[in-house]
Amino acid sequence: MNPRAKQLQAEVVSNKKVGSYHHMVFSVGDLAQAALPGNFVAIAVGGPASSMVLRRAFAIYRSSEKGINGGLIELVVAPHGQGSRWLTSLRAHDHVDMVAPLGTHFGIPTEPVRALLVGGGYGSAPLFGLAELLKARGCRVDMVLGASTASKIYAPLEGKRSVSSLTLTTDDGSTGISGKITDVLPKIIEENDIEIIYSCGPMAMLSAITQISDRYEILHQCAVEESMACGIGVCMTCVLPVKGDDDQIRMLRSCIDGPVMDGSRVIWDSKRRIPEGTWGA
Amino acid sequence: MSFSFATNLAGSQLPNPVLTASGCAGSGKELSQFFPLTELGAIVTKSIMIKPRSGRATPRMAETPSGMLNSIGLQGPGVDLFLENDIPWLASQGARTIVSIAGETVEDYAVLARRMRNLPGVVGIEVNISCPNVENRGMVFSCQPESARAAVEAVRRNIGGDLPIIAKLSPDVTDIVAIAREVSHAGADGVALINTLLGMVIDTDVMLPKLAQKTGGLSGPAIRPVAIRAIYQVHAALPQLPILGMGGITHGRDAFEFILAGASAISVGTATFGNPTAVMKVKDELEEILIQKGFTGVSEAVGFAHREMK
Repeated sequence: MNPRAKQLQAEVVSNKKVGSYHHMVFSVGDLAQAALPGNFVAIAVGGPASSMVLRRAFAIYRSSEKGINGGLIELVVAPHGQGSRWLTSLRAHDHVDMVAPLGTHFGIPTEPVRALLVGGGYGSAPLFGLAELLKARGCRVDMVLGASTASKIYAPLEGKRSVSSLTLTTDDGSTGISGKITDVLPKIIEENDIEIIYSCGPMAMLSAITQISDRYEILHQCAVEESMACGIGVCMTCVLPVKGDDDQIRMLRSCIDGPVMDGSRVIWDSKRRIPEGTWGA
Repeated sequence: MSFSFATNLAGSQLPNPVLTASGCAGSGKELSQFFPLTELGAIVTKSIMIKPRSGRATPRMAETPSGMLNSIGLQGPGVDLFLENDIPWLASQGARTIVSIAGETVEDYAVLARRMRNLPGVVGIEVNISCPNVENRGMVFSCQPESARAAVEAVRRNIGGDLPIIAKLSPDVTDIVAIAREVSHAGADGVALINTLLGMVIDTDVMLPKLAQKTGGLSGPAIRPVAIRAIYQVHAALPQLPILGMGGITHGRDAFEFILAGASAISVGTATFGNPTAVMKVKDELEEILIQKGFTGVSEAVGFAHREMK
């Protein structure tokens, strides 16, 4: 479990609608400096008399240590369900019960490398902070973002500064290249001699990227999206089968053994079935 | 007048009556980041089985109104790794541990009971004979008096010493008092009431059951009245049988309600998923309520709601 995680009452600093999403900023004090790209937060939703008993997990979009409001954590929230709709209805000065930062983070290479960042939908959120960090380490950073339609691509202007190239894809062709994100990857990998892929988005996309990274024999760190109930490792609902160094497959918790995992170790296509011989965590 | 928060649960003396619920606190490590485990009356571990177990396929969770369904299916490391890693760690924390054990056969319960002898820090055994997430519903031992008795007898014969045995029962039966009486005769020192209720959710978008295994155990505040009813009935019929109560406890007043119904101690389960410090909140609030109501100790309040019927 992330040893830096703490529970706190976080104040909403701002809440702004951006395309299909909400950009929300929370005041979290010193916890901001503990947050690394890939980490997530877990928020209680619905207020004190809520009938929603489970926490909601959100990837951290960015964190900043200093501002007028002290340390900040920023999230990109898609108002899909009852809980996220409640969250996006909050206003400045409201408070939420938050546990942060949680989970593993993207590994940052010690030497400059040529990195490709791939995000699906609002899965792009944690990639911008990562891009800044990689750029600061002297890495070349290319980025591909895709979604079903233009309004579902989250690509703020300031986020684009840290990348050498940005390619957009949409299923309906409303912006960028028409097609799937994975259609464009081989060309970018070959042209830029990519050494590592960082990705975040729907599981089917991560699975498809793994096939490509395996083919090119390049590293693939992905932040998985499994539905969680607690975010802190006690409920055992967010598990997925992962092969260890000993070749044993274990059901690992994406909240504490992830969300960032080595794509080539994950046994994809495990929804509704468990691979033979799998152990529990 | 001085107040004592201590309680006696089936022969185990605990400094307070607030415990975790099996399967909702792992084996303690995760929660220890939020509060010292010594603050708990005891920690009840996830159910331990003989072999490592992957659990059921995902999706294995669905939120429901004031509750959730789960079909974890007893994922765990198996008893060998549990004894090697978790028990020494819990002992090093000074935690009082109640180990939950679950078997697929009566013989499994016997084997597991033998492995539970003389463990540091262990103050009791919860015998999970009521997990609804098993391949064969016939394996839910607590649904039949004969199988409930057989599993508990196997533990009693093999546990040795005077470690308290608490049998965890399913509410999915016609007559829970009959099952409680049966396990009491078989040697259980107390009963844990209640395990989850079997339920199902259908996803109306894809028009299929939401859980991969179709059914799951319902927990959370939604089942609290069922738990209160079960505890009240069992305490009325068997007033000498100690009860560990659980089922949707989220606030101190919920815990108080369980004690009034007849529980000597309570477990906080699903609430921990929504709030990692829920069990500490329940503990503080419960103590305040007991003092406010003028009780000098927990035992005075146990079953207090039965007084007009006595």
